[in-house]
Amino acid sequence: MTDFDSVELLDVSRHFGRRRALSHVSLTARAGDILGLLGPNGAGKSTIIGALATLVAPTSGEVRYGGKRARALGDGLRRHIGLLAHELHLYPELTARQNLEFFAKLYGADGAPAIDAALERAALADRGHEEVQGFSRGMRQRLALERALLHQPRLVLFDEPFTGLDDHAVSIVASRLRELAAAGAIVIIATHDLDLADGLVTRVALIREGRLLSDEPAAAGLRARYRSVMGHA
Amino acid sequence: MRKIFLPLLVVATAMFAYAPYLIDGAAYESSMGLVQKIFYFHAPSGMVMLVSAIVCGVASALYLWKRNPGADHLALASAELTVLYGLIVMLTGPLWARKAWGIWWDWDARLTMSFVGWLIAISYLFVRKYGGPGSDKLGAALAVFGTANVPFIYLSVNFWRTLHPKTSVVPTLPPLIAGPFWFSALALFLLYLLLLTARLHLERQRAALDALYLEEED
Amino acid sequence: MFARTALLVLQKDFAIEVRSREILYTTLLFALSCVLIFSIAFVKEGEPLLDAAAGILWIAVEFAGTLALGKTFERERYAETLRALLLAPAPRAAIYLGKMLGVVALLAVAEALLVPLVALLFHAPLFAEPLLLVALLAAGTVGFSIVGTLFAAMLVRARSRDVMLPILLYPMTVPVMIAGVRGTSALLQSPADTPSAIMWIGLLASLDVVFMTIALWTFEPLMTE
Repeated sequence: MTDFDSVELLDVSRHFGRRRALSHVSLTARAGDILGLLGPNGAGKSTIIGALATLVAPTSGEVRYGGKRARALGDGLRRHIGLLAHELHLYPELTARQNLEFFAKLYGADGAPAIDAALERAALADRGHEEVQGFSRGMRQRLALERALLHQPRLVLFDEPFTGLDDHAVSIVASRLRELAAAGAIVIIATHDLDLADGLVTRVALIREGRLLSDEPAAAGLRARYRSVMGHA
Repeated sequence: MRKIFLPLLVVATAMFAYAPYLIDGAAYESSMGLVQKIFYFHAPSGMVMLVSAIVCGVASALYLWKRNPGADHLALASAELTVLYGLIVMLTGPLWARKAWGIWWDWDARLTMSFVGWLIAISYLFVRKYGGPGSDKLGAALAVFGTANVPFIYLSVNFWRTLHPKTSVVPTLPPLIAGPFWFSALALFLLYLLLLTARLHLERQRAALDALYLEEED
Repeated sequence: MFARTALLVLQKDFAIEVRSREILYTTLLFALSCVLIFSIAFVKEGEPLLDAAAGILWIAVEFAGTLALGKTFERERYAETLRALLLAPAPRAAIYLGKMLGVVALLAVAEALLVPLVALLFHAPLFAEPLLLVALLAAGTVGFSIVGTLFAAMLVRARSRDVMLPILLYPMTVPVMIAGVRGTSALLQSPADTPSAIMWIGLLASLDVVFMTIALWTFEPLMTE
């Protein structure tokens, strides 16, 4: 059984030569959480996302999925992980539908109905046969979102999901994330945009220079809290 | 190795100092004359180069599968020494060939194999230096492939050209030549061990320094 | 799951290639230019040097192959789709296999063009022993692609990746080149030196098996940052 309902970082450190990307980070996220990894650029948020996605190996410490290590869970673990990063992971030469079909088949989440539904949700139902390279940034983002969620992952990892989105799109993404969490997914978002995180996240982890400064439930006045913890560095 | 480093250094220095006398006193090879004496540098260097390459390959495999940082240091250090000893082979080989057979290079089997191995070792150093992030693992993969490649390089080059004296020359060396030969081989191998130790020490210091920097930030 | 994933990746690359044909055309054109330039260099008083035919064929394959490898992974770098592929719930080595097969397929198309061309330009009887030639080309191309795909995948995130690939690849593929060229030369003799050619094919086949094993083992540790 590779499914899990919590994910933990246990004293995870990662360094590249002399540069510390992460320093003794311990964090837990559970099903239903929307965890915001907040911090300035270069803080290590992307490295944490990478470690959770099994793409980056920690130099020390462990990542556990439902108490088990990635190695013990095998390749099937990745069936439950969905990642969306800034670059969007879409093949520009393929059509929207082809992109979705490819990833659906990779995850064994086949079926035209699922793909139709995904296109519908991305408001691209009538543009399924167009190549992605002709899409605007917003359109690509919507498609990329659906692609990442096609296989209904348990662990949803978003690295800066709001970049370049207009207000309407942002609210769509936000409500989607809330839906996912309500359905039992573990949602983790890395962002440096506090206004967007405010009101969306249920837990907040403040990261700076690879270190976890605070891990607490979200409350009103996020920006003020952020400022006070981060200081002015 | 630390404790015996200095005594070994003294021994090696003594050996290197004595070697020219030995080589001079060794039997004079009739067909090639004085130039044949290069043999005492060329062949042992070739042997040490091969040993060093194997060490690099094994250490790299260890690093790739166990992520042991000591293995990585060993791989890097021995790759550098492979290039160094390879340089000696590549310089002395043509010098000898020129005098012995009249041409600088003839694509003969063993020299070609050494050349290819040398290039692979050089490309390893390139990767370590210019490869960017993850170059330690790419280098390790390169070394593993390089080591696995050795039998194929050997077979393909051998079937292709042969001009070199066969390996069987070494066991059948007459005693007056064998003595100095093995002496030189030992001296060069000792030098290899000393250089390897010093280089490893440097790598370990570097790693320790990195660790200190990292701790500093904690 | 393994084979299925590899085939999916291959199909995907094929689908992309069918639409844009960019890598196909550039590789073919490059291979053609290679052959042209080498021919000019090696043709003496209007008479082509027969011995050069074998060499030129394999050099063109190696150069064109290096180009194709670079471009194949450039595609995966563009939108970081390589990361998405690595996240698939299949053994990561399957991704490698799919990519590798794509490169082999591409080079096969290039060779289908190059062989008749070289035969024509050099009056070389390349079709005397067609089965053996195909076996030789297949074994050599696979060997080249095994190493090339692994190195190219690893270099995706490296600096100066364009020049690093040839630096790493060419020394490593020396046995492949020697075997390919000598084997082709053997087939060009009249009468064809079949025993030698078969020996070279055997060498390449064992090389392929050994390298493939190593590549499948090392791909995952290499691709984890």
